Amino acid sequence: MTRTKRLRATLDASPLTYVLVLLVAIVSIFPLYYTIVMASHTNAEMAASTPPMLPNGSLFSNIHKALQVAPLNKGLINSIIVSSCITAGTVGLCTLAGFAFAKLRFRGNNVLLAICIGTMMVPTQMGVIPLYMLMAKWGLAGHISSVILPTLVTAFGVFFMRQYISKAVPDELIESAYMDGASTTRVFTSIVVPAVRPAMAVLAMLTFLTAWNDFFWPMITLNSQNPTIQVAFQSLASGFAPQQSIVMAGTLYGTIPVLIVFALLGRQIVGGIMEGAVKG
Amino acid sequence: MVTITAEPAAGEEISRRRPRRPRARSRGSRIAYVYILPFFVVFAAFSVYPWLDTAWVSLHDVRLSTYDQQTWVGLANYRNLLTNSFFWNAFRNTVTIGIISAVPQLCIALGIAHLLNHKLRGRTFFRVALLMPYATSLAAATVIFIELFDPRTGLIDWALHALHLPRVDWQGSKWPAQFAISSIVMWRWTGYNALIFLAGLQAVDQELYAAAAVDGAGKWAQFRHVTLPGLRPTIIFAIVVSTIGSAQLFGEPLLYSPQHLPDGGTQGQYQTLGLLMYQQGWANDRLGLASATAWTMFVIILLAVLVNLLIARRRQRRA
Repeated sequence: MTRTKRLRATLDASPLTYVLVLLVAIVSIFPLYYTIVMASHTNAEMAASTPPMLPNGSLFSNIHKALQVAPLNKGLINSIIVSSCITAGTVGLCTLAGFAFAKLRFRGNNVLLAICIGTMMVPTQMGVIPLYMLMAKWGLAGHISSVILPTLVTAFGVFFMRQYISKAVPDELIESAYMDGASTTRVFTSIVVPAVRPAMAVLAMLTFLTAWNDFFWPMITLNSQNPTIQVAFQSLASGFAPQQSIVMAGTLYGTIPVLIVFALLGRQIVGGIMEGAVKG
Repeated sequence: MVTITAEPAAGEEISRRRPRRPRARSRGSRIAYVYILPFFVVFAAFSVYPWLDTAWVSLHDVRLSTYDQQTWVGLANYRNLLTNSFFWNAFRNTVTIGIISAVPQLCIALGIAHLLNHKLRGRTFFRVALLMPYATSLAAATVIFIELFDPRTGLIDWALHALHLPRVDWQGSKWPAQFAISSIVMWRWTGYNALIFLAGLQAVDQELYAAAAVDGAGKWAQFRHVTLPGLRPTIIFAIVVSTIGSAQLFGEPLLYSPQHLPDGGTQGQYQTLGLLMYQQGWANDRLGLASATAWTMFVIILLAVLVNLLIARRRQRRA
């Protein structure tokens, strides 16, 4: 947020406020909790006339079975690689470009930025057919680099970094650095990057989460032998009669890592999302 | 996330005030291209080129196996599409699912943001809890909701039964199925939008509330005349983003169908444009038609966003 301390949250919460907020929190968490419940029962137990509400003891045997049905570990490893590469690429390249758009004057500056922003409206569907053919031609179809390459940069990332750098780095600071004889590279590495590190962290978290949860393009380009975790989930439900509790155990197994990270970094992620909303 | 009002950079203001000072911005004029080059190279190769090629393919008859043999058909794919009942069905479903999911979602998010704007104990807990669905992937969320809506063992049907309400066919009947799919979207995005609105709320000058109170404005009047105008850019941004997102809905309806078929249900009752495009391309092997659908989707999104912005501007003028 801004430096000026605002008088925020001046409204006192009534008990009703707590009840409503608690209700919202329950609705948000309950499906995840119930996933644990479903994943820790056998199918027969889940089919009881009154569905169980508490976790039971079959969780690990269900996960064990799920791992035999679907390549979840392979999917998790692939997802970590894919999401890390995409995050590194996006944060690096978008910070470079965002800096140029925010602080350097060059011909086509505004036009290029406008094009960049406009492309955020383009649906994913518009690129997948040529991309699919391109990856096939390069022999990358089915390989995780075919997921990494197309998502290595985002227009959103450039716009996000540009907005932040515009406001967070005073022009006077850059000018005085130039007067001291600093090169643009030096200005970038010693003034801009340290000043916008928080924004880079926010962009990194958002990009990682988006890459981790991406489904459409990975599903098209990857196959069930070499999937990301989102694609690996599909193998759980395949087969003639998918076992409900095994499907849930596998889903839980593949979702838990990101939820744990999320719970640990929750405060920072919440702050990042809210800050991003105001800064822009 | 970020409000659309692209305000001029601090530097632009300065240079406008003192137009004759070349300083910082002109120094990096040539090196600037070095900074944007890596981004634009990747962007051109993996975004812009595919978009344009899709336009080219949409004017041809193309098969997956023989991609290099493209037969020119002119606008036949578009003509085919616009006279095709599958397309219009998918279009209507995309609009209705979009409305069912986005309108309540944004209204509820606004309400939640108002609640969170109180002095609350355990603030961080509530905020993180609200974002948990956003961290859950759509693939996982859809699997979970399929179980909740399951006609035999689902919790929702059990609850309906316990309340002596009639059972609902969440898969076969059109509106319940569309509602079920919308509920997945709502579950995942309401908390996220609430936090965006909360950030907007906290940026509203609190003194305006005090001033309004002095003028005798009640809670509702304060909401209408202080909160809503202050949140305007945030709300418009959220609406635009939801519109773009709804228009591309794909994963939820695909995974919601029992065998993960791209038909959008046995009667196409929840077929969406994104799903139709996938079906045309990968199930029916008609890449030209699928490309035409993709470009049509883009035009629809452009028009929808334009309409949103026009309405927003008109309302602003009236206010």
